[in-house]
Amino acid sequence: MKRRDFIKSVAIGLGGLLIPADKSDASLWETFFQKYFREMTPEEKKNIAKRLEKEYKEKTGVSINIKTNEALPGVKYGYGLDLSRCIGCRRCVYACVTENNLSRKPQVQYITVLEFKNGEKWVSDLEESKKYYKHDEVPAPGHFYMPVQCQQCDNPPCVKVCPTKATWKEPDGIVVVDYNWCIGCRYCMAACPYGARKFNWAEPTVPPEQFNPNTHYLGNRPKFNGHVEKCTFCIQRTRENPGRYPACVEICPVGARKFGNLLDPESEISQCIEKKRVFRLKEELNTNPSFYYFFSL
Amino acid sequence: MRHKLIVAAALALFVIAAGIASAEDALPKLTTTTPPFTEGIFPCTACHASMPPNKEKRTLSFHTEIQLKHGDNWCLNCHDAANRDMLHMANGDLIPFEKLYQVCGQCHGNIYRDWKIGIHGKRVGYWNGDKTYYLCVNCHDPHSPKFKPLKPLPVPAGPKEIMKIKGTVPVVIEDKKLYVPEYDK
Repeated sequence: MKRRDFIKSVAIGLGGLLIPADKSDASLWETFFQKYFREMTPEEKKNIAKRLEKEYKEKTGVSINIKTNEALPGVKYGYGLDLSRCIGCRRCVYACVTENNLSRKPQVQYITVLEFKNGEKWVSDLEESKKYYKHDEVPAPGHFYMPVQCQQCDNPPCVKVCPTKATWKEPDGIVVVDYNWCIGCRYCMAACPYGARKFNWAEPTVPPEQFNPNTHYLGNRPKFNGHVEKCTFCIQRTRENPGRYPACVEICPVGARKFGNLLDPESEISQCIEKKRVFRLKEELNTNPSFYYFFSL
Repeated sequence: MRHKLIVAAALALFVIAAGIASAEDALPKLTTTTPPFTEGIFPCTACHASMPPNKEKRTLSFHTEIQLKHGDNWCLNCHDAANRDMLHMANGDLIPFEKLYQVCGQCHGNIYRDWKIGIHGKRVGYWNGDKTYYLCVNCHDPHSPKFKPLKPLPVPAGPKEIMKIKGTVPVVIEDKKLYVPEYDK
């Protein structure tokens, strides 16, 4: 026996021993030997989705649908946020929590709404911002608001640092995470300059009756303890054809949120970029975000 | 030969015209919502038909719930005295309530321009399909258009409090159910 073959068989043997023998049902084996998502055929992706649907059904008794559909051709998503209009009401935060099945306890939220005093130093320095502002009514006089979420960078630092390639940029511009491939090292959280990535510090809980059954493998499917997740522009809604607007866009009471195809010159987002003064957050870091803040006044 | 050419040209034109028509059909449709009338208030002619119009600017004895805080305006600047179920432009053209953005756009031209291309205002529906546009009056009270402050939804949990959550309660906003946390005191 060659030395190389010996090491190989020892490694395979040890790997086999790691699988808990007492609950080695088919599902566990399939999870353990699941292929890398980007190398799967559409058929294999569907089978994985079916397995996850079955697992969720067994766990909670609720049927859900996990889609694995791919990016639409000729589409690059872009997002606009009108800082002249945002009033900091946090409706987007909870529309997102509800749509994306984010853990209620421990609390996970993709959108952070920051409050600034008028005239205060900002954008280059977010340290003066308040995340835990409490008011009876918003907008509080003398303040303005800036919601921050994943900026879907074209040069994403989070993707570069991932040691397992569990996160990548899709052809339509969405940076996604394969929760089954993520090992929870949180390098991406350290690399992201926007604080957009969130970690499940404990087993995420969503009451089954509150669970949104329309899910996508790369988006709001059931999640588990010890992995990172993030905003996907509501991939389960936007990647349909025709695709719905993200949940945060539809709930915004002031219409501050804009969404569309950057490659379509008539889309709302393209028009915003053309007609308004836009800026991208921390652009000097060369992250090249697809998220444009602008002022309509 | 000449006849054949004419027939061919006519056919070609027909095909092109059909192509243009189908391309237009394929464009996303843009619909608007309906104005949020107070229940039982519309049609206005239900009461006004039997009342002679009084065009004098005055404090009304009816419609007292309306506080007019919209520039130096007066009812009949927008509402039409002769046809109460319509609005009118500055030039007297009658406009139905469903197209009131034309009336608003007379003064707020820049906002109207932004609204038409999707920068101002709110759209719901499909980003690459049929969309519904919110009318000016779906967000702004036309009689007092400044946007009213809202009660914000709960503060997020601090870093040490992500497990100190009692449960979730539903909040209904625009027919959508959102789940917000209830914290341990």
